[in-house]
Amino acid sequence: MNSHSPSKLTDRVVATVPALVLLAAVLLPAPQPANAIPAFARKYGLPCSACHIGWPELNNFGQVFRDNGYQMMNERDSPITRDPSYFPITVRITPQWHRESANNQVVDNAPGGGTGSHAGTLTTDGFDLSGLDLWFAGTLYKNISFSVLPSSDSTASFHFENAFVRFDNLLHSPWLNFKVGKFELDLPVSEKRLLTLSGNGGFYYIYHFTPLNDANPFGGIGDNQLGVELAGHNANSYTRYTFAALSSVDGSVGLTYSNGQVAGRTFDYYGHFEQAFNTFGNGFMKVGAYAYFGYAPTFFQTSGGTDIYGRGNKPFYRAGAEWKWYFNKFLVKGVYLHGYDNAFLANGIPSNTPAPALTSTQRAAKWNGGFLEGQFIISPQWIIIGRWETVHMAQQADVSITPGDTGNLNAFTIANRWYPFMFSRAGLALQQEYSFVRSNGVTNQGGGFGSLCTDAGRAFNCTISSGALMFGFDFDF
Amino acid sequence: MALTKKITRSLMLAAFGVALATPSVALAQDTGASVNGLTGNAEAGKRDYRRWCVGCHGNEGNGEGENAPYVDPRPRDFTEALFRWRSTPTGTLPTDQDLYDTITRGVVDTLMPTWRPLTPQTRVDLVAYIKTFSPKWQTQKAGTPITIPPEPQQTIDSVLHGRQLFDQMQCWKCHGPEGRGDGPSAITLTDDKGEPLRPYNFHDGTRFRCGETNQDLYKIFMTGLDGSPMPSFADSLKPQDAWDLVHFLRTLQPNVQSESRNVWLEYVKTHQGQIKPIGVESAGQ
Repeated sequence: MNSHSPSKLTDRVVATVPALVLLAAVLLPAPQPANAIPAFARKYGLPCSACHIGWPELNNFGQVFRDNGYQMMNERDSPITRDPSYFPITVRITPQWHRESANNQVVDNAPGGGTGSHAGTLTTDGFDLSGLDLWFAGTLYKNISFSVLPSSDSTASFHFENAFVRFDNLLHSPWLNFKVGKFELDLPVSEKRLLTLSGNGGFYYIYHFTPLNDANPFGGIGDNQLGVELAGHNANSYTRYTFAALSSVDGSVGLTYSNGQVAGRTFDYYGHFEQAFNTFGNGFMKVGAYAYFGYAPTFFQTSGGTDIYGRGNKPFYRAGAEWKWYFNKFLVKGVYLHGYDNAFLANGIPSNTPAPALTSTQRAAKWNGGFLEGQFIISPQWIIIGRWETVHMAQQADVSITPGDTGNLNAFTIANRWYPFMFSRAGLALQQEYSFVRSNGVTNQGGGFGSLCTDAGRAFNCTISSGALMFGFDFDF
Repeated sequence: MALTKKITRSLMLAAFGVALATPSVALAQDTGASVNGLTGNAEAGKRDYRRWCVGCHGNEGNGEGENAPYVDPRPRDFTEALFRWRSTPTGTLPTDQDLYDTITRGVVDTLMPTWRPLTPQTRVDLVAYIKTFSPKWQTQKAGTPITIPPEPQQTIDSVLHGRQLFDQMQCWKCHGPEGRGDGPSAITLTDDKGEPLRPYNFHDGTRFRCGETNQDLYKIFMTGLDGSPMPSFADSLKPQDAWDLVHFLRTLQPNVQSESRNVWLEYVKTHQGQIKPIGVESAGQ
């Protein structure tokens, strides 16, 4: 497919998606038992839909189960009470066809290069695989739970996405739970349990946003982190809190960041509080606030010229609020985030640079972002998802970064997720999704590329629009 | 942008079309439910039942869900309208509140979890739907909840009398002399469907399947557990006797703090040689 094909594709998509929806409609009316992490579903004999709005996203019952340390609290949680053959493992992968397209990319004038380049649209498509999750989770004993998740990219290169042990209900209180290891932060909306999977829509931009030229090695609150977490909740998890102290390594092992940069011997801190209320009818509403505060090094102590640990640590934070409303077949959620990176981090300036280290134009980077997501839950086996996400720079790190909206982005995602069957052994979801992102000079490709760009008014490259379309078979067992 | 709009519009139109086209037939046996000022809706309860309950209790509510063969004890068969955890006399239907409380509390030591995380309205809707599985709900009314008199003081006299009753009424034959659920008859017990049933183990348990309080325990003697070998003693036990039994049973629970156990342990210290074992000959003092 080339850059001239989108209109044809558009026609095809518009014609195909409703057809799939209608096909599902024909097959759906015969109600089937509905279901989820199959390892837990198999253990407790509950359908996936008991814990999930649609797997993998948790409903409130699943949230309570998770908050209790993967326990139902009915004296049947310890592995000693289970059939010895029970083994808590889940495998998940998504075979798919996808199409990725982005404009304003560097394209050589002639194959092989050497004759100059121009800005063009790159489009690729074909059958592919997602990464693989191989997840072990459950209880070691009553009130001691664990999770180990070796996860790979689509080439089967593995890393530990999470690995932790959790001590639950300390002092017989649900308000005291202690976790140590690598884990997902208790974010307002979990990114690991997204119902959207495409290359553009499979994550939340605000959880990972970094301004242009920013040198902060922190990858974002969406990354799983290494540390300890204290958490608590009431009986139905309507009131919840977490507080975590984390190594300043963005979740990477070996006391280095994922880019190999050594850590700064500091700790980051994260806190989250949520409160839910019953609303009229059958709904309930959640509000909450969260904040991540951390440090990152700007230069390094060396030994024989080799970096041994980071120094000149400078602060950054991410903070915001959330709102979620569950009502019958609808779920609406909104998350706001404010980001701040210290001027040294935002401009990549070592803080031991002789004064004046910063020029008069350099300052901290600040931005605001958020998303609004709606779900129409036609049944536990059929969910339609729509999301709009935006990030706006409030203050560029350098006044020379113009115009002021450089780095801003807007993303739209819509998905149709249908589970043809649901029971307590395995899960399969058919996913159709389209996601569109428009970024203002967010990538700095250098080399005078800006002069090639059709949006020549920008000092830092140009506006890039990209679209991702996918049809996938998301399954877990 | 235009593409996004088109897709969004197409999807939403199709989805709403299907939602509207789905027939919404009122359930023929809907007798409703009312708990704490909330009115249950069986249609809404049906949707919730399919999300949370169907795996064990089955589409037909007969306790034959896909997981039923692997669940011990077996899931409740709603078509019989026979419920154990009631506030009403034996042989009568439970109140809506009873069903609501069971859903909310769950059933400890079984695979029935607490459903407190669901909204109160969802739980009342489930009660309304559960009542559609048996025609009994249309022809009979729920029983009148028994009256539970105020609990008397937990004294050693009360405990000792309860111990005597436990022996004389041969409770130990099922529950065992130490309340471990290992009496000589325990292995023979079955429920009304012939499924093996274990008597409650007071020694290890901290919560009862019907609740946690002394009032919950009192209720069991006076209502019985319909569908199980545990009968109602409403006709043979006076309220004071039932309370004495409650107080004695609390002494069998080393993992639960209670005044009854405290006075019993004090008594044992000074009367070690005088306490006759249960189940051998007349117990008591």
